[in-house]
Amino acid sequence: MTVAVEKPEPAQQVADAAPELKSSRRKVTRPMMVGAILVVWLVLFAVLRGKQTLTLAAADLTGLHRWFNDLNDSVGANRNSNPLFLYFFNEIRLVIDNLVTFVQDLISQPSGDRPLPQIGWLGVVGIAGFVSWAVGNWRVALLAMAGFAFFGLQGLWQESMDTLALTLSAVLVALVFAIPLGVWAGLSDRFNRIITPFLDFMQTMPTFVYLAPLTLIFLIGPASAVIATVIYAAPPAIRITAHGIRSVPETTVEAADSMGSTRWQSLLKVLLPMAKRTVVMGVNQTIMAALAMVTIAALIDAPGLGKTVMQALQSLDVGTAFNAGLAIVIMAIVLDRVTTASSTRAEEARNATGRFLKWRRPLLGSGAVGVVVLIYLSHTYLWAAQFPGDGTTGSHIASAADSVTTWVQDNLSGVTNAFRNAITNGLLNPFQSLLTDSPWWLVGAVLVGIAGVLGGWKVSVTTAVCVGLLVGTGMWSDAMTTLASTIVATALVMVFGIAFGVWMGRSMMVDRLLRPTLDAAQVMPPFVYLVPFLALFGPSRFTAIVAAVVYAVPVAIKITADGIRDVPETTVEAATAAGCNTWQIITKVQLPMARSALTLATNQGLIYVLSMVVVGGLVGAGALGYDVVAGFSQGELFGKGLAAGLAIVLLGVMFDRITQAAARRTSA
Amino acid sequence: MARHWRTGAAGLAVLGLTLTACGGAKVGDTSSGSSSSSGKCGTFNLAVNPWVGYEADAAVVAYVAQHQLGCTVDKKDLKEEIAWQGFGTGEVDAVLENWGHDDLKKKYITGQKTAVEAGQTGNKGIIGWYVPPWLAKAHPDILNYANLNKYASKFKTSESGGKGQLLDGDPSYVTNDAALVKNLKLDFKVVYAGSETALIQAFRTAEKNKQWVIGYFYEPQWFLSEVALKKVSLPAYKTGCDAVASKVACDYPVYDLDKIVSAKFAKSGSPAYNLVKNFNWTNEDQNTVAKYIAQDKLSDDAAAKKWVDANKDKVDAWLK
Repeated sequence: MTVAVEKPEPAQQVADAAPELKSSRRKVTRPMMVGAILVVWLVLFAVLRGKQTLTLAAADLTGLHRWFNDLNDSVGANRNSNPLFLYFFNEIRLVIDNLVTFVQDLISQPSGDRPLPQIGWLGVVGIAGFVSWAVGNWRVALLAMAGFAFFGLQGLWQESMDTLALTLSAVLVALVFAIPLGVWAGLSDRFNRIITPFLDFMQTMPTFVYLAPLTLIFLIGPASAVIATVIYAAPPAIRITAHGIRSVPETTVEAADSMGSTRWQSLLKVLLPMAKRTVVMGVNQTIMAALAMVTIAALIDAPGLGKTVMQALQSLDVGTAFNAGLAIVIMAIVLDRVTTASSTRAEEARNATGRFLKWRRPLLGSGAVGVVVLIYLSHTYLWAAQFPGDGTTGSHIASAADSVTTWVQDNLSGVTNAFRNAITNGLLNPFQSLLTDSPWWLVGAVLVGIAGVLGGWKVSVTTAVCVGLLVGTGMWSDAMTTLASTIVATALVMVFGIAFGVWMGRSMMVDRLLRPTLDAAQVMPPFVYLVPFLALFGPSRFTAIVAAVVYAVPVAIKITADGIRDVPETTVEAATAAGCNTWQIITKVQLPMARSALTLATNQGLIYVLSMVVVGGLVGAGALGYDVVAGFSQGELFGKGLAAGLAIVLLGVMFDRITQAAARRTSA
Repeated sequence: MARHWRTGAAGLAVLGLTLTACGGAKVGDTSSGSSSSSGKCGTFNLAVNPWVGYEADAAVVAYVAQHQLGCTVDKKDLKEEIAWQGFGTGEVDAVLENWGHDDLKKKYITGQKTAVEAGQTGNKGIIGWYVPPWLAKAHPDILNYANLNKYASKFKTSESGGKGQLLDGDPSYVTNDAALVKNLKLDFKVVYAGSETALIQAFRTAEKNKQWVIGYFYEPQWFLSEVALKKVSLPAYKTGCDAVASKVACDYPVYDLDKIVSAKFAKSGSPAYNLVKNFNWTNEDQNTVAKYIAQDKLSDDAAAKKWVDANKDKVDAWLK
């Protein structure tokens, strides 16, 4: 997630004539240098195999891990007497708890003496439609109303509303912090540099690591769930707001300055309005990230759809889990389309005819009155308060999902096992033993060397620091095991990403067909498809790789498709005129010209794969993912889990910096 | 503009009147069957740990507390560690099925003194190594650990690095498997499946496709009524043989599963505390309710009602 929007345009602009000359000379040598490094590595590996590998057994701890444990224990023991808790954390918790409870009383939970929430389904559907229409357009309003009504048909009305209440509260809290911070980061380079590592940390640190400490600080309940969500969901809004502020043309700001406006005025009257569209996209990303936390927050008793998924998983009930997962997907798609529509509405309205604008206000006004009537009805009458029917659509969906998975399991498991063994024995095992059986300093030197070749000396310094810290966490060997799976998964992501991305980028039709599926794959909680994957591949590292690929491939496909589409039409036409066939156009023109998009796709693919490491730990990937899960489950392993989480962050930061620098260079 | 307003308002008023006229039943005026029968009990915060057996315990206790004692039951889905943590912060009143966990007992009962024991549940927890029934039938001698090395090569997988694979599950559960493999000189490697879900699915596939799988498992567990896994015997457990974790070379003890409550709850005099203290049933009872939930897909409440209605005498004994 790290650089979702920081597309490489700025880098492209930086490119000037001098480095271009240099890079054309170096283009030949760079792959050769990487090749040379790899050959040296292989030779030294053959000699030094098995020495200084820094392995640590499953139950062993280092001093650092024990120190983390002690810290955690002392927080637990002192929380009732420490003024920091009494007057600071407890106050935060109260405010957030009250906020969530308030929203829940409105739409999801019985409040006071009422057996039902204040606003029933009819009112909520009305509000959803009206708000979508007001901020977006009538098409998304219809989508929102249909989507919300579908929750009721699925038999998941209350669960969906609980999830919605929690998500909205979390997004609200996140934005209260994120937008000011984002504006600050947009205005000040220094603050931007300081905050970026924190944002990386918040996004790549696995949530499992801090769930248990959060419940210690903010207790079990909505506050902890909201705060866990905010930690993960706020960074995109901060980054994108900063990006939006930065993208406002210098000249506009100067013009405002020359007219004598103060700093505040130019911020409020120029920068924010001009960055509005980008900021709304930041809100969109925050909502999506918040929804991604629904199932994980269920582990600390967050109410809603996540609980349904997790509980179904205990009895391996794929159908029920899928039904609830589908509701999450629909909620995500509705919220995504509505926020996207609202970000483009200002422009559309400007282009629309004046007649429509004149009608808009009275229409909105009468719509508002209509919604008030609906709210009143749903507050008063049972039929409008409680969704009618008993969710038979939901049980149909569940049984259909069940029969599909059963069929797949019965008919494909022979093929899939052979495939797993081929990839594992042919690719993963040799690569993993190369990484884990080499001395740590050798692997470290190779990483630093490759970073230097691909990204320059600054990146190799960063890499060296990351390698040093990785050794310091005491999780070196497990980190290398995870790294091997991560790289194999990323390679697979890029294979699929390029294949489908090219297909999608070249045809609008395919794009329109594939995109909803990709959106669904991105927001469907991975827990839903773990059971069928386990049935197909058994508990193994390969299963974890497959799950990670499913999660990461949509991003790679979308970025690649955008890159292919951005190749100027004229260039493609020129190549066609020169007699190139389709294959030649793709390989000689479109892919090379979309190179920076491909690097960005690799970057994002890798970050997404890393965010699945913990899920992988639940299906047999072992290594860091398992360490994190174990740390969450056993008090004695808490410190080790935290160290493993840090190791994941370090891997993420290291590869993010390398691929970003490489992207800057390839586009230069 | 004003004209639009007026038309709109008039139209909506008509619409509103029509709708209210044919309104129907109002919220809150249904003769509520669940008339909260006097709040002597108040709120009862019950932790629900993430396995179906526990869910069965919690379903029945919550049902009885709610319908016969008039408590407001707040079930909280939590992992063990977090649930115990909740004793101190007042967020959790009771944990109904504790498997050993001497580490947690030391920390919260003797250390922080925020929790106390509330007796046994009557369930016997058995932990060990299990194989799918087809394997036990085809090679009966596999049920003795001494013969495991003979078959080690059959248990090889892509994950086990050339040795036989011994599959372990959720990291929350008590396990000595790595030490056992080493000390019994078995040609096996412990592979961490990472979750109960992964473990159950592995056994399910193994039984269906006649694959060789051996792994850590436990009873009572709902899955055993779907596939009756067979336990492999390890050197018998003797008191103290598991004292040093790295030297363990014997079977797991039989755990008397017990109940833990927060110190505050124990002193509160709540009728729910008495219920928790008296709650006691057999492995069969639990398996029955777990089966209702996991296989017959009843809701927790429906499953509990079904069992409670059929076992009035047992429930009455808990309420004395």
